[in-house]
Amino acid sequence: MALAVVLFVLVVATIVFHFASPWWFTDLAADWGTIDFTINITFWVTGFVFIACNLFMAYCVWKFRQKEGHKAVYEPENAKLEFGLSVFTTVGVIAMLAPGLFVWAQFVTPPEDAAEFEVLGQQWQWQFRYPGADGRLGTADTTFVSETNPFGINPDDPNGMDDVVVNDPIMHLPQYQPVKALLRSNDVLHNFTVTQFRVKMDLVPGLVSYLWFDPTVEGTYDILCEELCGIGHFVMRGSVVVETQEKFDAWLAAQPTFAETQAQAAPDLIAGQAQYATCTACHGAAGEGNQMLNAPKLAGQQAWYIERQLDYFKQGVRGGDGDTYGQQMTAFANLLTSDDAVRNVAAYIASLPDEPAALTIAGDVSNGYDIYDRNCAACHLDDGAGTWYTDAPKLAGMNDWYFVTQISNFKAGIRGLHPQDDFGEQMVSMATAMADLEEVQDVAAYINTLR
Amino acid sequence: MAYVPLADRDHEMEMHHPHTWIGKYVWSQDHKVIAIQYGSIAIFTGLVGLVLSLLFRLQLGFPESVSFVDPNFYYQAITMHGMIMVVYFLTALFLGGFGNYLVPLMCGARDMVFPFMNMLSVWVFLVSVIILMASFFVGGGPTGAGWTLYPPQTAMAGTPGHDLGIVLMLVSLAVFIVAFTMGGLNYVVTILQYRCRGLTMMRLPLSIWGIFVATVLGLFAFPALLVAAIMMLFDTLLGTSFFMPAVLESGTALDHNGGSPILFQHLFWFFGHPEVYIVALPAFGLVSDVLSVHARKNIFGYRMMVWAIIAIGGLSFIVWAHHMYVSGMNPYFGFFFATTTLIIAVPTALKVYNWVLTLWEGDIRMNVPMYFAIGFIFTFIHGGLTGLFLGNVVIDLPLSDTYFVIAHFHMVMGVSPILVLFAAIYHWYPKMTGRMFHEGMAKLHFWLTFLGAYAIYLPMHYLGFLGVPRRYYALGTTEFIPASAQDLNATITIAALIVGISQLLFFINIIWSLRYGKKADPNPWGAASLEWQTPDTPPAHGNWGDQLPTVYRWAYDYSVPGAHQDFIPQNTPESEEPTVSDEHFDPDTEKSLANL
Amino acid sequence: MKLFRSVTNKPWERKGIIGGMRPEGAFNTDAERVALSFFLIIASVVFSLFTVSYFIRMELPDWQPLAEPTQLWLNTGLLVASSVLFQWARNIVGSGQSNNLLIALVGAGVFALLFIVGQLLTWQDLQAAGLYLSSNPANAFYYLMTGLHAVHLLGGLWVWSRSTIRLLSGAEVTDIKLSIELCALYWHFLLLVWLVLFALLANT
Repeated sequence: MALAVVLFVLVVATIVFHFASPWWFTDLAADWGTIDFTINITFWVTGFVFIACNLFMAYCVWKFRQKEGHKAVYEPENAKLEFGLSVFTTVGVIAMLAPGLFVWAQFVTPPEDAAEFEVLGQQWQWQFRYPGADGRLGTADTTFVSETNPFGINPDDPNGMDDVVVNDPIMHLPQYQPVKALLRSNDVLHNFTVTQFRVKMDLVPGLVSYLWFDPTVEGTYDILCEELCGIGHFVMRGSVVVETQEKFDAWLAAQPTFAETQAQAAPDLIAGQAQYATCTACHGAAGEGNQMLNAPKLAGQQAWYIERQLDYFKQGVRGGDGDTYGQQMTAFANLLTSDDAVRNVAAYIASLPDEPAALTIAGDVSNGYDIYDRNCAACHLDDGAGTWYTDAPKLAGMNDWYFVTQISNFKAGIRGLHPQDDFGEQMVSMATAMADLEEVQDVAAYINTLR
Repeated sequence: MAYVPLADRDHEMEMHHPHTWIGKYVWSQDHKVIAIQYGSIAIFTGLVGLVLSLLFRLQLGFPESVSFVDPNFYYQAITMHGMIMVVYFLTALFLGGFGNYLVPLMCGARDMVFPFMNMLSVWVFLVSVIILMASFFVGGGPTGAGWTLYPPQTAMAGTPGHDLGIVLMLVSLAVFIVAFTMGGLNYVVTILQYRCRGLTMMRLPLSIWGIFVATVLGLFAFPALLVAAIMMLFDTLLGTSFFMPAVLESGTALDHNGGSPILFQHLFWFFGHPEVYIVALPAFGLVSDVLSVHARKNIFGYRMMVWAIIAIGGLSFIVWAHHMYVSGMNPYFGFFFATTTLIIAVPTALKVYNWVLTLWEGDIRMNVPMYFAIGFIFTFIHGGLTGLFLGNVVIDLPLSDTYFVIAHFHMVMGVSPILVLFAAIYHWYPKMTGRMFHEGMAKLHFWLTFLGAYAIYLPMHYLGFLGVPRRYYALGTTEFIPASAQDLNATITIAALIVGISQLLFFINIIWSLRYGKKADPNPWGAASLEWQTPDTPPAHGNWGDQLPTVYRWAYDYSVPGAHQDFIPQNTPESEEPTVSDEHFDPDTEKSLANL
Repeated sequence: MKLFRSVTNKPWERKGIIGGMRPEGAFNTDAERVALSFFLIIASVVFSLFTVSYFIRMELPDWQPLAEPTQLWLNTGLLVASSVLFQWARNIVGSGQSNNLLIALVGAGVFALLFIVGQLLTWQDLQAAGLYLSSNPANAFYYLMTGLHAVHLLGGLWVWSRSTIRLLSGAEVTDIKLSIELCALYWHFLLLVWLVLFALLANT
């Protein structure tokens, strides 16, 4: 009896929850209304069956509850009824399946005029590549991957030279232009998902998969990885900007081609040394750092990281509210007026002899090891050397006190929350592996042993 | 023909009754003891899985304030939770536990056909669990590659437990498969060859049909997992490249080349999809019997139910790639697998209709098992219908890898089978222990579990509609996920905690009742099937005393017009009770009788 | 059609004892034979899945076919001899005699052991030729599939050794009749599997 009422209430509650729920499909931003249409058919067919079956069951439970003198009716089967129900179900299934297959046929055959672009996934970043004027992407392979050629583009393939490479997790697409994404992975499985486009597909190392869509609504959308790809899976994010063709063309023209990235002259260490003179006051002539001035050690750090941080200070991505010492840095970074100047000084710093910094932090090394080994080593490597591949700077032999301040900044939301700080955002999430200041110090103490 | 001397029975077996405590309860070859051993190990392992789920639910619900779950542990916890629940808990409990307990009893046999192998099965199963649990204590911890163990990441540095954890997991699975094969051969051969006199296949209770077809599925599907595990072990330990393509690990090329990660997925899901039915079919069978007994009505459309079980079992081998619509495999496969997948909906829907129609014009006794059985129908309808979303290939595009998938499969192969497990445990508890459980506590347990589970999984579907991705340690900041989604996640966690903790009621009840429960009647529910007709309660070693039973009718003679009571046990001769139809057995069978 | 009829009948209309001692639906044979038949199907599934994986993996570009050692022909001969001797043993116990049974049984086992030794020798030759397990998937499949086949044969030899020991310690022929019959069936199955594997490995 109670159960019959509860079943009835549950059906009603489910319907109420559905209509009251603010959680529903995001607004469609691509020309996949057919997918939403198929979902709606399935939703209403299954919704009807859900309500009908459960209300009928609730009725039975109430109506045929045990009563004095009542006896169940003996009826082994009713072939006609069962046959009728089978036919009814089959019709419902066909009603849901047929449009689904029709739409799937659209999905597997991209239109002739779809513009191609490439999505490259690797632990745990997105990168993108657009064909140049020839409209063709050059061949690529993991064997060619290096710090200067993160896409692994075949240097001997003329088609690849004019490919536009976007070594940032932010991509742009023109509105009302069907696009076919070619999906490639350098390491494990990933999955390219933009919820508002409705479609998704795995990136599989060793092969090229694809999906296509026609972006219709201007805006910025999140790209998420939706295939478990290791410990950084949940921080593998990017974004896609859908804009008018003109804006898109302008953006694309501003991105370097593969040939340009390869033709870059070697950084000028002499010029870098000259630029570095300004830095010596705080960071020291040998880049050894100065804790009194809150200037971290730079020597030994990788050039790509120094370069990126200088750019961040220039763009205001770092050194925002609450970051007192970072704000000091902004002024100095702005002295480096050109990209070349930044490259030169970064290269000079990377060339300085690396002496491990003095130890200032003590902590529980074994707890630090535990946390580091479980959560940090995946990017910063077992020996704390860091690598461009995972966008992870060197930690071993650097200032432990600086490590503590920066992790505290990540945890406090002072660093990493700027919308353009895609890599810092990852650290904001990963830094939660250290519960409190004490654990941060434990990890620092462990990193101190890696030298 | 009524009495057959023992010596003439070609499948009368010799029983060795052990006399020591260890012989009776540890190295026992009695299927009932083995069933309880299997069940206890499975439930213990399931508890580990439950605790893991609560830990990572805490992280998901309250990411800011839960500090003891770091990303590494989160991925290990979801992986181990998934594998434990699917393989070591549900499969082992349904087939190792209920299969072992019910098969010989419902078939009117003294024991399994190979009791020694049956005993080996449970001990090898224990070894596999120990190996699995050992991975919590090795360097690097258990694998965190997701329960699907997709290469290449299983063996790569960015994945928790990529060195020892994954090896122990694969070895444990291989050992489990050995255990399952030993047990499974027993169930299948016992059901085929050791049924008592007169017990035709079509007279078997649906429980046995469910267990039978599920076991056959397991015997043919687990080899795919074994093959995948062996090849992955070779890749991990010996440097082969079956599944490992050329990949970079932290920017350096690994010494692998050319392997196919998708081949692994095909093998995994060729096992993985039948696995769903390995769990579901015994649940279908058990719940059919519970419904029929407590509605005092035969299961409606018995033949259709048997055919549906067989059809679902057969079809389950040709739908596996519906787990791989967005895996990067040839997308044209989608047409075939979407069609086969939605065809399965028809026999499955028929089963649901027949369960509900069994209630129609019944005389429903609202006993505790019936609550769980009806709760099962409700959650199964919900879970089955959401399966139509995911099976329809194009709808899978937005929903795949979101919370919708989590909600769907927990509804259909988590909550639903577990409700059946509780129904079955409460239903057979009096027979297994000779005591009644505490009814009030059991009802409270039902309400908390049933309503709580629905409160967990109904909202989760809506997070999936929204597009919230699964396997995310924290949602972080996105444009499209509103803060209210996190609140909903917190609510789900609270519901999960309540459901998790309320399981204590179940454990307290079954342990307390062992000692203090009311003495139970041999047949408290008035059930017609054979296991309730044993001379002893709980059944003694050998089950049937001096003489095996003889079966004269099917297992569902309830409320037969003109009968003395509202059920007729299967071993009641037709001369003692009226028959509804005047059509008697056909001449062919008469002949085969004469041949003996 | 008997099976079809038995699952379509209406069980609620049929009362009484159907099928006598062996209820309708049971096979008229020993339980052990049914169990072995199931096991053979399971083993076939395992080998088939490896074969399917072999074909799929073969299509990928880095595959370099392995030139199979000619010694495999000799090994095949050894396994055939083993199977033939087992059949002989089976015929002997089938006719209820015991003449030459020991010769046939021991011979079958010895030839099977020689087969395994022969397989190991091919492994050694391949290693010596620098064709290691990890150098190419074709090699890996060779080691894996021959190894798996040998493991199955070792399992059979364990049962064989128990029967042989029982025979040597004076057991009645009737006591080991079933064991020998089932072993013979298993041996033929493994011979068949080996022939298929051999054909597969030799032709690709």
